[in-house]
Amino acid sequence: MIEIDDITKSYSGTVVVDHVTLTIQPRSICVIVGTSGSGKTTLMRMINKLVEPTSGHIRIDGEDISGIPAYELRRRIGYAIQGHGLFPHRTVGQNVATVPKLLGWDKRKIADRVDELLGLFQLDPAQFRDRLPHELSGGQQQRVGVARALAASPNILLMDEPYGALDPVIRAKAQEDLLAIQRKMGTTVVLVTHDMEEAIHLGDTIAVMDKGKLLQCARPAEIIANPATPFVAELIGTSERPFRLLSLAKVADHIEAGDVSGEPIEASASLRDAYAELLWSGRPALPVRRDGQIIGQVTLAALSRLAARPQ
Amino acid sequence: MSIAETTTSTDRPAWLALDKLGVLIAIIAAAGAALPFALFRANRIVLGEPRSLLDALPSFPSGFLIGVLLVGFVVALLRFPVLAKLIAGFLVLAVLFVFIGWSASYLTPEGDTFARVSPGAGFWLLVFAFSLLVTDALTRLRFAPLVRIGILLAVGVAVAALLWSGAWNDLSILKEYATRAPAFWAEARTHLALAFGSVAIATVVGVPVGILCYKVKPLRAAVLNVLNIVQTIPSIALFGLLIAPLAWVAANIPGASAIGISGIGAAPAMVALFAYSLLPIVSNTVVGLLSVSPAAVDAAKGMGMTGTQRMLGVELPLAFPVVLTGIRIVLVQNIGLATIAALIGGGGFGVFVFQGIGQTAMDLVLLGAVPTVALAFAAAVVLDALVEMASRGGRRS
Repeated sequence: MIEIDDITKSYSGTVVVDHVTLTIQPRSICVIVGTSGSGKTTLMRMINKLVEPTSGHIRIDGEDISGIPAYELRRRIGYAIQGHGLFPHRTVGQNVATVPKLLGWDKRKIADRVDELLGLFQLDPAQFRDRLPHELSGGQQQRVGVARALAASPNILLMDEPYGALDPVIRAKAQEDLLAIQRKMGTTVVLVTHDMEEAIHLGDTIAVMDKGKLLQCARPAEIIANPATPFVAELIGTSERPFRLLSLAKVADHIEAGDVSGEPIEASASLRDAYAELLWSGRPALPVRRDGQIIGQVTLAALSRLAARPQ
Repeated sequence: MSIAETTTSTDRPAWLALDKLGVLIAIIAAAGAALPFALFRANRIVLGEPRSLLDALPSFPSGFLIGVLLVGFVVALLRFPVLAKLIAGFLVLAVLFVFIGWSASYLTPEGDTFARVSPGAGFWLLVFAFSLLVTDALTRLRFAPLVRIGILLAVGVAVAALLWSGAWNDLSILKEYATRAPAFWAEARTHLALAFGSVAIATVVGVPVGILCYKVKPLRAAVLNVLNIVQTIPSIALFGLLIAPLAWVAANIPGASAIGISGIGAAPAMVALFAYSLLPIVSNTVVGLLSVSPAAVDAAKGMGMTGTQRMLGVELPLAFPVVLTGIRIVLVQNIGLATIAALIGGGGFGVFVFQGIGQTAMDLVLLGAVPTVALAFAAAVVLDALVEMASRGGRRS
């Protein structure tokens, strides 16, 4: 658990982060959203002491981080940034091995861990271990960057706009990878982005920041349904609200009994995808398929109800 | 009409067209062939009598040389494959170097120890033209760094073989060498010690100063400005300026004169060369460190590397090619500049240059100048190759 307690950061009189209090639950993904200059990155960088707060405290699992030497704290926290920040003169394997090496692991253990992580990120170790970063595609570099951040199995992973430089297709893939790996490892992820879509897709909780202040911190459904301020509403996009709400739930959770014909939709798809398909094909209901079997239907009427503002 | 024209022009072989640089090379070579190939003098200080290509050698070798030059001329002028140009260039240069020695033996009257034969303007222009051909071909072929060092070594071995075989023994420059061989090697050692020593000390001092300037921003402008001013002091003035303080040090600090410090001699020369070397090394260290990808530095910090680990593990390795470029600049600069050390009794190849000027003996000037130029050239080739090897893969982020 990360407890941010009344944190303020000011640079020569200019307040960048203004009395922010925020608790991040263990094994969850917290996405900090805001426009540029909102203080979101500064807030995140205070968690691993890349920025020293002007006042306030941050506790990790109850321990105040001000008492921990910065380099020691940082080796316990994964750190992945936009543009990946790989060391261009070191091979992929050496990059991933950075923190384990700083922690003084033995060679055998480091080599095994590097191969394990590359495999986890679908990079064949034999093929990629000894390449230099510039020989990789943007998506591959980004994956190596995250693999490097996770090398020493940190409890916490900080990510600063990690997908900012990727094209939409690769970004979607990278987001799925992150969700899968987070679920598998149970890492607490703090991710900074300006993209509300990404925040809703990835976040267990979303913290919205503007001009240094924390405007709202809640689950995505709550943020969409009840934005705390007009700014939060604007960030979500008024006309997008019903669709964002639908995107949070899966078809599997809203199957009705019934038998309709036509092209089926997978149970794992989001309600938003189902809604789009219903509108596009002009049908009132779609059969739902799971593992190749039709297991029910999803209806336009039900989705319209679900898309309405929760009471 | 136009279509027919295009067809005929594509039928023409690719080599049958003018090479742009080749035209220039051909013009220089033609001028070189027209100017005197060698100079004959009855003794070492009188004015020379020019000998043309036809007079400088017996008729058969003279004809052979002209034939080789014609082939080289055509290969340079037209668009032959680059490798062919390289080989032709090297062959012409080899023939020129062998034949100038032959010419010296041919022109020197039997048993005459006063007569001097030196290469004429024509020879130098021909060497220049075909060196241009070779260097241009080498640039275009983009050989790997190690291959370039290998080629340099091969050329060095070939020149050494020519010297050792005695083929050049009748050339004036080697006659000058013969009378002062021990002095030549002593001055060579001094010259190398001055050039390499000053660069080594400047590197040991300059890189940490550069790191400091990078870390402490207010210091940066101050230090770089001071070094800039040092760089603008004319070298002779700097040598002169150092005489008084170093003489004072020698006289007043115990042990200083015992380790060779004095107002004139090698000490002020070393200090001056060191001072000139600092700016390029310090500024290249700063620029190199500043050019390291900020994302890489931020990531290093965020992963828990300490300041020293970041500097040694990330920042310096990434800045290294730029630092090495600075070292290359000062090494080549100092090899040339060290000749001036002779003015204040510091020794080095400059001794022959200034003696030669004093005696109006150009051959003696060449004895000092040619090794200096060769040394600087070799240093440039080797360090360029090292810079390229160091920057492999590393620079892009």
